Amino acid sequence: MLKLSLSDRVFRIVNHLFLALMAFLCILPMVHVLAVSLSSDYATTSYLVKFWPIGFNLDAYKTALDSNNFIVAFKVSVLRTLGGTLLTMFLTMLAAYSMSKDDRYFKGRTLYAWFFVFTMLFHGGLIPTYLVVQKSGLTNSIWALILPVAVNVFNVVLMMNFFRGIPKELEEASMIDGAGHFRVLFTIFFPISLPSIATLSLFTMVFHWNSWFDGMIYMNQADQFPLATFLQALIAGFDYTKIGLNPSDLEQLSERSLKSALMFIGIFPILLVYPFFAKVLR
Amino acid sequence: MFHDPVALQVIWNTLLIAVLKIIAGSIAPFAFALLLNEVRRMLFKRTVQSLVYLPHFINWVILGGILTDILSTNGLINQFLGWLGLNSIDFLQSGNWFRAILIISDVWKEFGFGTILYLAAMAGINPNMYEAADIDGANNFQKAIYMTIPAVIPIAIVLVTLSLGNILNAGFDQVFNMYNPLVYPKGDIIDTYVYRVGLQQGSFSLATAVGFFKSVIGFILIATTYRLAAKYANYRIF
Repeated sequence: MLKLSLSDRVFRIVNHLFLALMAFLCILPMVHVLAVSLSSDYATTSYLVKFWPIGFNLDAYKTALDSNNFIVAFKVSVLRTLGGTLLTMFLTMLAAYSMSKDDRYFKGRTLYAWFFVFTMLFHGGLIPTYLVVQKSGLTNSIWALILPVAVNVFNVVLMMNFFRGIPKELEEASMIDGAGHFRVLFTIFFPISLPSIATLSLFTMVFHWNSWFDGMIYMNQADQFPLATFLQALIAGFDYTKIGLNPSDLEQLSERSLKSALMFIGIFPILLVYPFFAKVLR
Repeated sequence: MFHDPVALQVIWNTLLIAVLKIIAGSIAPFAFALLLNEVRRMLFKRTVQSLVYLPHFINWVILGGILTDILSTNGLINQFLGWLGLNSIDFLQSGNWFRAILIISDVWKEFGFGTILYLAAMAGINPNMYEAADIDGANNFQKAIYMTIPAVIPIAIVLVTLSLGNILNAGFDQVFNMYNPLVYPKGDIIDTYVYRVGLQQGSFSLATAVGFFKSVIGFILIATTYRLAAKYANYRIF
């Protein structure tokens, strides 16, 4: 290692400080929300809380978790996240497997591929999409949240390119031993590509957990909302009846701390899977 | 649609917000990745990476709620301005401030995640080249200018080209969760307009026309940019 010049040393210090500042800027708003949600009524309504709770208590979380609608919304979110991710990964693998084949083995493969990619390039727009889902009779059922987003073409393309990198010999050898396509896909390709499947699954799960707009337009009753839609309804127009509380419960609790508690509960599952992302992404 | 002053204003808002987002959102990750690449302490680098990726994974419902709170009259930012001796600003009630907030908060959410590709490309540069430059007496700045930047420029070109396809995507989730009727004149975009006119007021045909206009323009742009990316940067989706 060569000796550092003075300007290099100054740059190094300034750079570290700047990067640390930016990193803190990325999490301070979340820390603030957490602090507000844990603070007392007086401290939150008079905006005293910065990044550390004042008058620590868990009342906001108790109120949120006691409400029935919140639990229902949470369950809808968990169901759509797990069900949606399973279906999406299954379909992604099937589509990617067939399209990873050469034109010689799978006639019309390029045509199918463009058929998929076209949906990535062109959208009918909000209203036509809504009408299709409505006329298919999916509205007010959990399928409205799963089926329209079941295939993410971008993931299919990623998966397809990954499958193409797998040596042909593996597939040919197992075919000679009598395996069919499904067997090749699930006992050869699946284990080999497990890391990328896991990564795509994580992204799909976060996508499902965070989706709120579909719940808002396809669901008529608040008790069918997934959590993100439920939170949106609460944050946008703070309506206590939606959360299933009567105003008398809330006398001891400020609106701000309850909102903050709900937002933090919405972030929490993402924080749980976050270490996996951090590991995959660097 | 083309005689409706509101629709025209909405298209203009969309273009302006989206273009500014594309410019700021292309520069920020590139610059941040360059700075992060200079860090030699792995623990520090990884910690910074883990923290800046976080906002990408949180949806605009929650981020919108958080930002509305900290940008309010008594919120964190205005408290800070007061501490500096400045007057408080109604960020979310004034149209111009609202646009600025949209762009800044979008960059804030995505710049960290945007560094991933650049950092991967920078990690792929052969360390022997840096050692050779060290022996030739190059300083850090020269190494960044003459070695790191040229190595990642191809990726930057692909990303910028592809982001041009978003020229009419000003970010529905973000705007919808942060705007209010006061900032409609400057902050309303095509997607929010289509939602309000179509699904809330029930004029399906006007909303579909505006939405279809957006889809067609978007399709032309994406098709063109993919061709450009394929031609000049040799980028293929499959």
